[in-house]
Amino acid sequence: MLSIKDLVASVEEKQILKGLNFEVKPGEVHAIMGPNGSGKSTLASVLAGREEYEVNSGSVTFNGEDLLEMSPEDRARAGIFLAFQYPVEIPGVSNANFLKTAVNEVRKSKGLEPLDSKQFLKVMQEKMKLVEMDKTMTQRSVNEGFSGGEKKRNEIFQMAMLEPSLAILDETDSGLDIDALRIVSNGVNALRDGKRSFIVITHYQRLLDYIVPDHVHVLYKGRIVKSGPKELALELEEKGYDWIKEEVDSSVNA
Amino acid sequence: MSTSTLNNSSAESFTQAIDHFRELYGNHLPAQKSLQIDAAAVFSQLGIPTTKHEEWKYTSLAVIAKNTYRTVNPSDNCSLSKSNVTSLALTNDTLLYVIENGKFNASASNANALPKGITVGSLAELAGDARVQAHLMKHADFSDESLVALNTALTFDGIVIIAEAKTECATPIQIAVVNNTAGEALNIPVRILLIAEKNAIVNVTETHHSFGSKSPVLVNVVSEVVIAEQARVNYIKLQDEDQNTCHVNYHKVNMARDSYQHISTLTWGGGLVRNNLNIRLDDVNCTSYLNGLTIAKDYQVIDHHTVVDHAMPNCYSNELYKGIIDGHAQGVFNGKIFVRKDAQKTNAFQSNKNVLLSDDASMNAKPQLEIFADDVKCSHGATTGQIDEEALFYLRARGIGEVAARALLNHAFAADVIEQIPEENLKSALLDRLTARLNA
Repeated sequence: MLSIKDLVASVEEKQILKGLNFEVKPGEVHAIMGPNGSGKSTLASVLAGREEYEVNSGSVTFNGEDLLEMSPEDRARAGIFLAFQYPVEIPGVSNANFLKTAVNEVRKSKGLEPLDSKQFLKVMQEKMKLVEMDKTMTQRSVNEGFSGGEKKRNEIFQMAMLEPSLAILDETDSGLDIDALRIVSNGVNALRDGKRSFIVITHYQRLLDYIVPDHVHVLYKGRIVKSGPKELALELEEKGYDWIKEEVDSSVNA
Repeated sequence: MSTSTLNNSSAESFTQAIDHFRELYGNHLPAQKSLQIDAAAVFSQLGIPTTKHEEWKYTSLAVIAKNTYRTVNPSDNCSLSKSNVTSLALTNDTLLYVIENGKFNASASNANALPKGITVGSLAELAGDARVQAHLMKHADFSDESLVALNTALTFDGIVIIAEAKTECATPIQIAVVNNTAGEALNIPVRILLIAEKNAIVNVTETHHSFGSKSPVLVNVVSEVVIAEQARVNYIKLQDEDQNTCHVNYHKVNMARDSYQHISTLTWGGGLVRNNLNIRLDDVNCTSYLNGLTIAKDYQVIDHHTVVDHAMPNCYSNELYKGIIDGHAQGVFNGKIFVRKDAQKTNAFQSNKNVLLSDDASMNAKPQLEIFADDVKCSHGATTGQIDEEALFYLRARGIGEVAARALLNHAFAADVIEQIPEENLKSALLDRLTARLNA
């Protein structure tokens, strides 16, 4: 589904990703962990198509297509969803209006008829339950005045509405209390259907107690330096990242 | 205040037009004759302001000198009928009155179903009415406003609206001011007088449109709004003319105690538009809202000058102006708030926010607060920036195309001003027109 080969990317002339290789198959849940500054959020930004990130070399294909050639909106229409680490507030645009526009643009790109207000409302009410969202949140401006937890729930709600084939969760657990973490995780788990894939980017193992991954990868200095089963996350929680840093740094020096 | 004329020929040509007009139509409004003679003298002294004038620093009226205007007069005939103007009505139930080239066009107006106690009619016909005489040309001070003087000297018609004490007109009264040209450049004075007597409630919408050959037009509008004790006036100006139009607009509001006014000035048409709003909170416990919107593209110049004058204690004013400037267009916002010595416990707020959509667009914003009382709460702020790139990316990352995403953000930014309008039907009609304008 997603295939990243030798990806080198930089922001403001500074190289962050330094030859990253990574493969996601349908239905898989991959966790990407790593110390601060290792390139986790850069990877998410490059996949979503942020213009300030420059891809220097390497390739990313999504369902056989060159993802790097696609605009952010085309990536979304093709089925990629990024849950933002810092969701943006958009005053004056109601959550419902925003989502209706987005859902119908995605439908249009697939040659489907747009949903009318009644149909849209029905789908929305159904998906709101997934993240225990109340009706007033859909009428408010996108993320405006939302608490940290509400913003993250809104991200998962949007994901549920847009039904992507690959969702990238960029530090979705940051700033969440335990209740919000549970709600967000339940929402994600409800969307695991064996076909939809997830890349869960996180600094802490805590989230992976709720969203159990198939594979865990450690990103360090712009490369994936270690991959393993879900137990790797527990090992990292216990031992920290220093032993991996040492392993990598000594092999580079040798 | 010092003024200098644009060039002799231009100011003189208007003075000649005034002389000619006075010769032929000097007795047209007998009750206002001496005021009109005074105004003529003031104009010939002040001339047309140039950019050396402090209040005209950013907006040049040089375009006026490029055209040779014929000044409209009482002998001009109206040619528009009801069928020409139905599309101008903002809502289905609106009471629509038409001013065509400065003249009240009764046959194009829809004068049905006026509630009891509301008078709407031609200024020429009502100028002798004692209530009109008491106010007409008495509020819009022309002693240092040359364009108000020009309008006052040349006024021969317009519209008068009187809401008698305790009357309420829930249905919006719409004044459609139409510039209708047939191949010649016109100088059009438009005069509006609105009197809301004690406890009256009235909704007035003044809309501006271009018809005909779309020749150059100088439309010079002066409105006087008199709000008596406990009266409430909701007022909307929608300026949607073509780009050959130079539109100068002076709107004076005089508020008595416990009165309320809410005015929205929505400007998205016209080549050069200058609005002067002058709100005088003349007694205690007045509430005044002023909102404005500029949507400019191409080479449009749109200028909002506002003066909120707190003369007495315990009043509230709140002002929100926003602008979206594209192309080579220029926006100006100059908002003055005076809080006089006696105006203790004043609350006065002002905010101006602008978005520039192109590198060649520009905005000049100048908030001014002059406070002479010591127990007041006042604030002002002005910001000018670009479209929010983070918000744009967020929308695109959800599948919304770049063009649609920009339109959504611009609409949200501008709709904020229209959302403040209290009357629901007008609000939704104007939001629809905003959408159309942003997609044009």
